[in-house]
Amino acid sequence: MKFALSAEQRQFAASLHELLAGTSGTVRAWAEGKHEPGRKLLRAIADLGVPALLVPAEYGGLQADVADMVVAFEVLGFHVVPGPIVESAVVAPAALGGSRKWLPALASGEALVTVLNPLGLDADIADLVLDLRDGQVAAVRVESLEPVRSIDPARRLFTVDGERVPLGPAGRAFDLGVLAVAAQLLGAGQWLLDEATSYARQRNQYGRAIGGFQAVKHLLADVATQLELARPLVHGAAVTAQDGGGTLARDVSAAKIKAGEAAYLAARTALQVHGAIGYTAEHDLGLRLTKVRALLGAWGDAAFHRARVLESLS
Amino acid sequence: MDLDIDAASVAFRDETRDWLAANVPSPALPSMDTAEGFAAHREWEAKLAAARFSVVSWPREYHGRDASLLQWVLFEEEYYAAGAPGRVGQNGIFMLAPTLFEHGTKDQRDRILPAMATGDQVWAQAWSEPEAGSDIAALRSRAVRTEGGWLLSGQKTWSSRAAFADSAFGLFRTDPGAHRHHGLTYFMFGLRADGVTVRPIPQLDGEPGFAEIFLDDVFVPDADVIGAPGQGWRVAMTTANNERGLSLRSPGRFLAAANRLVDLWRERGGGGALGERVVDAWIGARAYQLYTFGTVTRLAEGGELGPESSVNKLFWSQLDIALHETALDLLGPDGETDEQWVDGYLFALAGPIYGGTDQIQRNTIAERLLRLPREARP
Repeated sequence: MKFALSAEQRQFAASLHELLAGTSGTVRAWAEGKHEPGRKLLRAIADLGVPALLVPAEYGGLQADVADMVVAFEVLGFHVVPGPIVESAVVAPAALGGSRKWLPALASGEALVTVLNPLGLDADIADLVLDLRDGQVAAVRVESLEPVRSIDPARRLFTVDGERVPLGPAGRAFDLGVLAVAAQLLGAGQWLLDEATSYARQRNQYGRAIGGFQAVKHLLADVATQLELARPLVHGAAVTAQDGGGTLARDVSAAKIKAGEAAYLAARTALQVHGAIGYTAEHDLGLRLTKVRALLGAWGDAAFHRARVLESLS
Repeated sequence: MDLDIDAASVAFRDETRDWLAANVPSPALPSMDTAEGFAAHREWEAKLAAARFSVVSWPREYHGRDASLLQWVLFEEEYYAAGAPGRVGQNGIFMLAPTLFEHGTKDQRDRILPAMATGDQVWAQAWSEPEAGSDIAALRSRAVRTEGGWLLSGQKTWSSRAAFADSAFGLFRTDPGAHRHHGLTYFMFGLRADGVTVRPIPQLDGEPGFAEIFLDDVFVPDADVIGAPGQGWRVAMTTANNERGLSLRSPGRFLAAANRLVDLWRERGGGGALGERVVDAWIGARAYQLYTFGTVTRLAEGGELGPESSVNKLFWSQLDIALHETALDLLGPDGETDEQWVDGYLFALAGPIYGGTDQIQRNTIAERLLRLPREARP
């Protein structure tokens, strides 16, 4: 048993962190509908191989370990990379297995795909809209799009109407999407903890760093503990996916519940530790807080995932 | 990254499971905190030892099997899943033994470990004092040099198992001029030696699970000092890390309790508002199991336990209470009388107190893992 990231995986994460450092301007531009910097960033992410990870080699992909995908999405979540990247890099390759048309374009990052959930994230710029329902996948011939405002301005959502063209079984597409979102939540939570901790070290009140007060320390210690214990569930679910294990639904649901709870606790705590500065649009904290809140409901809310875990235990 | 269990470990796990299925006593033994129950648990330790199951991770020469850390975790999972008796020897096995392996002499190991493994000598811990609880470095019990050894005096309290155990271990101040954690020395002493008075203290369940120990010029030979005189704090940290960390609480206890909780929920109709708490408890136990596999990997690659042991302890102490509270709530009026869940619940309530309270663990996590400013030290 070796239940830890490999040196290569740590290196991969470090390269992604390096690429994505200082991208909050790109996130804000995306929220305003200015896609160009974001598209450029997504191309750079593709150059590092992220959308190719889960694509089979015969279609130009890297056919990598599912754990590599989880490593990548934790970093993407840390930097709140915008766009339909879970959909394009994780869900679509699984839902469109065997497609000579789409898989190479997905692997190279040329194609962006979105998946109705039930709203379509970035459906206005997607090359293909998919609908996953009852274990089947359908392509949507888009007839009309209506923007819907998300709590997270960087999540540009649309109601999508149009004819469904059945494509076949969805396979593990949904569960892999849930896993990628769980990894994103973990990454966002880690950023929030890191930021709040570093702020608590510098911010002085009553003549001392606020991080020296036990009321603050204990809040942050609880966040660290919840994140530390959520991460193994995300990694464990990746191992299940890699092994083709029969407990995938249970394991990704457990991972999303715990990663979501930990990230949300991190968000609330980070806001409280920062005080008013954290409540401003100018601070990057808000980019994560609203993302985490949105992702708690997307790809199955906690009640949905708890019901799935319970069902597997009964 | 994988969760594969190698063939040798699978074989070991199967052997453990078969042996436990054939040997776990039924009905359960009486409480180990009664004279009769203590004796029965001591016999059980001997039976475990005869089959080389009492200390699987120890070297063969001390009744062990040289089992890997992973195998020890698997052993514990099987042990709790089988509903096997609580370990009356656990203070010695999980706290004193790691200290002897790291800081003891060969003579000490040869003398003490075999009798510990078989239950012939059962050990109590003697850390806390009336004025030194979370703040152990404030301890006042002292040891004064005498010919061939030391004379120990003072008072220890909340000493688990001391009511019926044979011996105890703890820290005493050997340099009265030294401040706090300086000038302390780690001693082993007999609980029936001249000058020792043990006064049992009944716990919440009415049984004397711990005791006060009064020492009045108790002679301890030099051979029963662990590490160098004055180095007791450093020596004891080995023990503290083992108690808070991996050793004392393997995931086995929580996995077994979580599975029993799921069974209980199903027996009670499987519906209702408590389903959410049942699933959260199960996920918590699973998270702790996987976290432990990560720790096992890290330690096998030469890493150290470090402040992560506080993350460990904070998480399981809360998980244990949540598990048992959920069971009692599921049982409703029967929660008052269900012996197994009530015992488990009362035991769980102590978790956030012993081995460093949850508040001390949070300080440790904040200061050592998150590098926040340290508390003022006296």
